[in-house]
Amino acid sequence: MKTIDYQVEDGVAILTIDVKERTMNVLTPDLIKDLRSALEQVKGDDAVKGAVITSAKDSFVAGADLMQMVKAYDDGRSAADKYKDSRSFQSLLRDIETSGKPFAAAINGTALGGGLEICLACHYRVAADNPKSVLGLPEVQVGLLPGGGGTQRLPRLIGQQAALQLMTQGTHVKPAKALEHGFVHAVVAADQCVAAAKQWVLEVGDPEQPWDKKGFKIPGGAGLMHPGSIQTLMVGSALIARETNHNYPAPIAIMSCVYEGTVLPIDQGLDIESKYFTSLLMDPVSRNMTRTLFINKGAADKLVRRPQGVEKSRVSKLGILGAGMMGAGIAYVSALAKMEVVLLDRDRDSAEKGKDYSRKLLQKRIDRGRTTADKAEAILERIKTTEDYADLEGCDLIIEAVFEDLGIKADVTAKTEAVIPETAIYASNTSTLPITGLAKASKRPEQFIGIHFFSPVDKMPLVEVILGKETGDRATAVALDYIQQIRKTPIVVNDSRGFYTSRVFGTYTNEGMTLVGEGVNPALIENVAKQAGMAVGPLAVMDEVTLELGYHVAQATEKALGDDYAPNSGFPVMLKFVEELDRRGKRFGKGFYDYPEGGTKHLWQGLADVYPPAEVQPTAEEVKKRLLYVQALDTVRCLDEGVITHPADGDIGSILGWGFPPYTGGTLSLIETVGLQTFVDECDRMAEAYGERFTVPDSLRERAKAGRGFYDETDGAEARSAA
Amino acid sequence: MAEAFIYDHVRTPRGRGKPNGGLHAVTPIELTTQVLESLRDRNDLDTSYLDDVVLGCVSPVGEQGANIARVAVLTAGYEQNVPGKQLNRFCASGLEAVNTVAAQVMAGQSDLGIGGGVECMSRVPMGSDSGAMAADPRVAYDTYFAPQGIGADLIASKYGFSRDDVDGYAVESQNRAAHAWESGYFNDSVISVKDMLGMTVLDRDEHLRPGTTKEDLANLNPAFLIPGQQAGFDAVALQRYPEVERIDHVHTGGNSSGIVDGAAGVLIGNKEIGDALGLKPRARIKGFASIGSEPTIMLTGPAPSAEKVLKRCGMTTKDIDLFELNEAFASVVLRFMQALDLDHDQINVNGGAIAMGHPLGATGAMILGTVLDELERRDDSTALVNLCVGAGMGTATIIERV
Repeated sequence: MKTIDYQVEDGVAILTIDVKERTMNVLTPDLIKDLRSALEQVKGDDAVKGAVITSAKDSFVAGADLMQMVKAYDDGRSAADKYKDSRSFQSLLRDIETSGKPFAAAINGTALGGGLEICLACHYRVAADNPKSVLGLPEVQVGLLPGGGGTQRLPRLIGQQAALQLMTQGTHVKPAKALEHGFVHAVVAADQCVAAAKQWVLEVGDPEQPWDKKGFKIPGGAGLMHPGSIQTLMVGSALIARETNHNYPAPIAIMSCVYEGTVLPIDQGLDIESKYFTSLLMDPVSRNMTRTLFINKGAADKLVRRPQGVEKSRVSKLGILGAGMMGAGIAYVSALAKMEVVLLDRDRDSAEKGKDYSRKLLQKRIDRGRTTADKAEAILERIKTTEDYADLEGCDLIIEAVFEDLGIKADVTAKTEAVIPETAIYASNTSTLPITGLAKASKRPEQFIGIHFFSPVDKMPLVEVILGKETGDRATAVALDYIQQIRKTPIVVNDSRGFYTSRVFGTYTNEGMTLVGEGVNPALIENVAKQAGMAVGPLAVMDEVTLELGYHVAQATEKALGDDYAPNSGFPVMLKFVEELDRRGKRFGKGFYDYPEGGTKHLWQGLADVYPPAEVQPTAEEVKKRLLYVQALDTVRCLDEGVITHPADGDIGSILGWGFPPYTGGTLSLIETVGLQTFVDECDRMAEAYGERFTVPDSLRERAKAGRGFYDETDGAEARSAA
Repeated sequence: MAEAFIYDHVRTPRGRGKPNGGLHAVTPIELTTQVLESLRDRNDLDTSYLDDVVLGCVSPVGEQGANIARVAVLTAGYEQNVPGKQLNRFCASGLEAVNTVAAQVMAGQSDLGIGGGVECMSRVPMGSDSGAMAADPRVAYDTYFAPQGIGADLIASKYGFSRDDVDGYAVESQNRAAHAWESGYFNDSVISVKDMLGMTVLDRDEHLRPGTTKEDLANLNPAFLIPGQQAGFDAVALQRYPEVERIDHVHTGGNSSGIVDGAAGVLIGNKEIGDALGLKPRARIKGFASIGSEPTIMLTGPAPSAEKVLKRCGMTTKDIDLFELNEAFASVVLRFMQALDLDHDQINVNGGAIAMGHPLGATGAMILGTVLDELERRDDSTALVNLCVGAGMGTATIIERV
């Protein structure tokens, strides 16, 4: 056996799992095969009383092999075939459970997904008191469900309500909590774990699960004749509807597995689970979420875009220019990552105000018991506030986050470069000014780069790295190494106006304003956007960033492009709101919404007078298409223009950068999900109806004709990186 | 086609749907029995002529299980040749039962029958029968199920009825019901419920709060805020109605129908049987209709059901003297008035379920009787009775005095 070491001690078979080529044990075909062999060996040997399953690694088993699972949707196999496959792991576990010999799981470390399901099929579970250990069934987070019997065994152990909560959220719990819930029997010191399991086999050794014993009743009852479960089911379904907006099939599938399966004998329940599992494999959402959020994000976090041949670097001392909201946030996350931070502003007070941001966030963490006053103090110690450029000496990296003005930026660049080491990398957090232009103010443009954060910095996982014309490999590598230090996810884009994220996100807000100008009901626009999975409606977000800012950006763009400038379709609405109506955004108390003091915001009632409601309102479906497809189309243009170089960056950037719906897998995966030709046809129709922003790029038309997806021609770097 | 006539109707008073309610100690079978006994005794009826007894009951489990209609036929001492049937079209069941018997008569398959209903909500609470609609995750999720209170608040939000509007409607219902009771409008039709010794247990609707003011109602908390905001049902409603910015929770215990206990029966037959038994017809049942409507908003069935029955009968709203629409929630009636362009002085003129309560399976038969009495009192001719119904339906009946 390749993945299991089989030893018999005192009549107990100790099965130690070690999938050698992986950092964590996952359910590879080899492991499943070896488990089957081990089972047969245990069953066939009269000298073996029972078995203990454990792992040679620090973790137990981390779950299914997602690299394989992600291929299921596109492999063209039928539902019947997929159902047959999904039964195989599940029935292996059922065979362990009904083998007639007792199995004990010595859960020495993290057991997630199928890893925990192996344990649930064992007759006894003892977890090691390992501080790194987490247990859970997180399949829902990649659009799947626990298909190894989890939806049937967990509720039979701990009741429907608790089981549903754990599985629909995909929660990771520590061993002590698992004990409290009731799905492990004991928690012992790490070095006692296998011994405790072995002892149980020898001294108790019951080879029968509770649900296979006569008279078994699921804790808390099941089915509709049981008043207790009705409330759980009713509210649970509604909450899932609210959280998923019907965009994610997995949570309700999990509920149905539990609801339908727990009133039946477990074998029939397991069959139902396999059918729902298969239905999720036939659905693109799982492919989308696994590909983008797990595989591609994993690769990005491992810096798949990092240029070869540059030595790994570490930022020890970071200089931040500008202690506004962005600078303050960057200081915080960098100090958390143990860097020395110099936070510079025009005067000491302003810099201190920027440091207050960190003080506030740390106080919140102290209040929530997530850190101590001592630790917080140590973090704050790392941030030095100043107005003196001389304090920037010795910085490995500079991040400029001053006012969005070429002149001001050029000025601080010069002042800074006069002081910092020649090897230092200089980055700008600008969200709109092309890097190549900013780099003109630099003595060392090959060391000038864009590092674009998102607000609020402490929460947003994405960082957009922008390469100017002259930016060199070393600057890129240092930027990526820094982003890895602060544990965020990078994408790498080439310089252009608006880069990738600001530019494409702008098509969303523009479409929202265009719809307003057409007399579409604003409540419809906002609700459809959110129900389509966008984090915030276009009108609300426009108010948040302020219409005034949008207006200034448009003016600056016009100035820069001159004759080449053409206003966006939504510009007339923005113009009217800023110049005529003086409704400039949330900060001004009014925009598309009114913001009453101490109350909740609501759409401005006067809008109907300015833009009378259209006689015929569009359907929700049509509004959704306009809002989502316009973003996808512009992403294709970004790819064509070389702004983004890999579809993965487009997908990750959209979800993590501006809240494009995760179930789509990102702006480019959306196109694949809709179907290339269907998407093209719809955009042709919308170009006709609504304007040239829906014009299909030739590249996409060809792609659709050839049936060639965005990921068909990638070099597999992501896959290699994530393994 | 034969004609179906209403010969008589009775109803019990409505007891509060709580352990301290006046009918709480009366079993559902007993309540039903007394209705059947009363119809027999008032009309000196030879019950062997009855072809069917059809009773609505929405939670037919426990004490209300096992076809309470047929069992009550036996316990009321009716002749054993009288069959019985319980049916469920949710809140319209009582009217549906009447319509069912009328249909049998009009089709010439029955000569005489009783249609009515019973619901003892203090003993068999609403929802006791559970059901896939709300509790099977797949079903609830796929049909965008939301409880009726959310639907009522959604109607108010979508069609523009404020808290003040719905409270104003409720005050009027209370005033009208109090006035009707004081003036004895209901005396001929409400029977006294008696105990085993023949003593009166309850003889008056007890849910009423006469003298209720808008200020009183304004103090009440919205009843569906928590299910809406914390259990996720507002989001479900907006998924179906994204053109509504948010749900305004305007309904409270004071402007929604009361939870009560009650039973009712309507004696229906063709002309020949009336002549044979010496019964005087009071009204003919001109027509009836049920429709399905959008289930998430749930309660917008009244307008289309009224339109359907009017069309079937070749009539318009101008031909109707009185409308009687169950006051499940104030916004339901306000929306109906808005949709059909009616004045409040044409509808629910003696108050309704907000004041007096809504015993689910019985209400349809009760409000039919109420409006018939009022037609007679006014010497008017035609009434349209309808109810909004769970899962998005509406049931309507038109009657015409003879």
